[in-house]
Amino acid sequence: MIYFDHNATTPLDGRVLEAMLPYLKSCHGNPSSLHRPGRIARDAVETARAQVAALVGATASQVVFTSGGSEANNLALKGLAWSLKPGHIRIGATEHPSVVESARLLARHGWDCRTLTVDARGLIEDAALDAIAKNPPDIVSVMLANNETGVIQDVGRVAALATGAWLHCDAVQAAGKIPLNFARTGVHLMSLSGHKIGGPKGAGALIADASVPLTPLIHGGGQEKGLRGGTENVAAIVGFGKAAELAASELQERSRWLRRLRDRLEQGIEKLPGATVFARTTERLPNTLQFAVAGYDGETLVMLLDRHGIAVSSGSACAGGAREPSPVLLAMGVDPALATGAVRISLGKDNTEAEVERLLTALGRILETGQTY
Amino acid sequence: MKLPVYLDYSATTPVDPRVAEKMIPFLTENFGNPASRSHTFGWTAEQAVENAREEVAKLVNADPREIVWTSGATESDNLAIKGAAEFYQTKGRHLITVKTEHKAVLDTMRELESSGFEVTYLEPMANGLLDLDAFRAAIRPDTVLASVMQVNNEIGVIQDIAAIGRICREHGVIFHVDAAQATGKVEIDLEQLPVDLMSFSAHKTYGPKGIGALYVRRKPRIRLKAQMHGGGHERGLRSGTLATHQIVGMGEAFRIAREEMAAENERIRRLRDRLLAGLADMEEVFINGDLEQRVPHNLNISFNYVEGESLMMAIKDLAVSSGSACTSASLEPSYVLRALGRSDELAHSSIRFTLGRYTTAEDVDFAISLIKDKVARLREISPLWEMYKDGIDLNTVQWAAAH
Repeated sequence: MIYFDHNATTPLDGRVLEAMLPYLKSCHGNPSSLHRPGRIARDAVETARAQVAALVGATASQVVFTSGGSEANNLALKGLAWSLKPGHIRIGATEHPSVVESARLLARHGWDCRTLTVDARGLIEDAALDAIAKNPPDIVSVMLANNETGVIQDVGRVAALATGAWLHCDAVQAAGKIPLNFARTGVHLMSLSGHKIGGPKGAGALIADASVPLTPLIHGGGQEKGLRGGTENVAAIVGFGKAAELAASELQERSRWLRRLRDRLEQGIEKLPGATVFARTTERLPNTLQFAVAGYDGETLVMLLDRHGIAVSSGSACAGGAREPSPVLLAMGVDPALATGAVRISLGKDNTEAEVERLLTALGRILETGQTY
Repeated sequence: MKLPVYLDYSATTPVDPRVAEKMIPFLTENFGNPASRSHTFGWTAEQAVENAREEVAKLVNADPREIVWTSGATESDNLAIKGAAEFYQTKGRHLITVKTEHKAVLDTMRELESSGFEVTYLEPMANGLLDLDAFRAAIRPDTVLASVMQVNNEIGVIQDIAAIGRICREHGVIFHVDAAQATGKVEIDLEQLPVDLMSFSAHKTYGPKGIGALYVRRKPRIRLKAQMHGGGHERGLRSGTLATHQIVGMGEAFRIAREEMAAENERIRRLRDRLLAGLADMEEVFINGDLEQRVPHNLNISFNYVEGESLMMAIKDLAVSSGSACTSASLEPSYVLRALGRSDELAHSSIRFTLGRYTTAEDVDFAISLIKDKVARLREISPLWEMYKDGIDLNTVQWAAAH
């Protein structure tokens, strides 16, 4: 089985597993315990904190470990909002459900919540940016790279314009794929996830500038400087740290390889009759490609590819199963009929050229024979 | 014998090797996202998650559909208490809990107080158990929820959950139970127990850290406001990618607990009784918490006339704690022991021994001789001990003001 769904989750890097195993087997201490097993666990968590910080150009003290990217997004938006008086929040039109749903919750608590519209390229429109520059909202949340299309927003520009707003950036999909610098981007909060960068599920982080007022969402125990109660998930945090370290040191090499595979794939797909690659001309993650073939339902194509031994998806894993056209594509003004045909291919560092060729061959055969599910 | 000897199983347990073995394939070849619906990687992961859900449900005799995955018992406590309080707040805004609860419950209650809820914090009796009459008397017409832990993390006492639950039922109060320290130690039958919400943790029961669950009763149905928003996982109650390997680990840990707890508890009880017998003949030691209504794993003892920090330093070859791990980083005397009416001094000089699956008789004997030796030495240099031995009642001594 060939795996092309790395934006849903990535396989664990073998070196990450090696780093984690001692913390699943012999080093079992609770980092809050004062005795030796506890201190060993504490040191491991702190090492990981520095590794994660280094991946995104932050300092270790800015890293708040969470159970994952969704919790980080929840903590960013709600944690901020519960520390402020209800005001105005603006989120990108193509954000992840954990941002969208958190913002919806704020709307039920008196916040004025609106989206920043995107153009056909998937980029936030100038008009929307002008509006936040003129009337700065209290909170702005914009993702760095989209999980479906791979489109990269110019978050630095948003930060430059949205002065006066607390700016949160969901960098879950961007981390490990493109260079990141928390300090230089000018955002105050940034969400990360371990399992999207070759680490384990169950660990993520919110990078938070010390100036940001944050109310914890999970109370009790005082862990993570009181910002997130609960015994630290030591093994997963260690794995996240190791994955971050590897992603940082191999970033260039990985992204060059991914881009080469993706470009070959794109070239092949564009030759297929009726195929459209979404956000084709926009700067995108090197590993992501989303396309549709006119007359083909995305779910059907995905299932047919599965029969050929190839795992892809029709959109984000969270919404998997729902046969609705992708809200991301609709926000970009893509025709709903075409959006329903969306197939997302997201590559990983261990994919090979041969695998890419197999995908192209399989797709070609499916379309040639008019195969249906 | 490997030093330090680990007698802190209530802080966290080692992962059972059988659990680790089960987890590893879900870190390696079966790495799919359980929410991926379009390929076998996702289906395999989803199947594993559902099997684990069944195992967790089985240990406590619940329906798998009543189990919601969380990142741990702290999150479960937060979801249960805030989720129910927020959902039912039009019915009333009064909550009841006990002063000896875990911080995850107490801090959550404090947070709700700051958003307009009223909370009654009941004093336990001197043995750590809840006075049922006092509990009944605390219920008001606007009480929506009560939260009482099944097994206390510091002193190991077991509350009468069935009786408290019945009182809650009589008054239409939602009953939440933090059972993080109870699984694998006491039988839990949620078909019989009048409990509406129950929190579980994996890493207190030989599973991995970072995973827990909340039981949410279906009949009569308990509703909650979600606390984590996003992709709508866990029927909308808790969004976020499910950590498959951890869930698999929790399922396996709970399966092992179900099959082995009866025999294991007997073995651990014998070891605990050995420890107790070894320490009980010392002078001026006090057992904290009821000895009968208590899990066999726990012994919490105060050593009078010994300074707590010095004792902890002296017994570095024992990994024990002077309170719960979550609060042990602070040098405050345990709030649990203070709630039992122990003086600051006694609370400060207490040690919690918690035994578990890998504790041996050798470990226990080592602990006994080390404690006896070190306590004797510390007392030798203690002026208070000398005064006590001279028959001076320290409570009557007028201390000069310290400058």
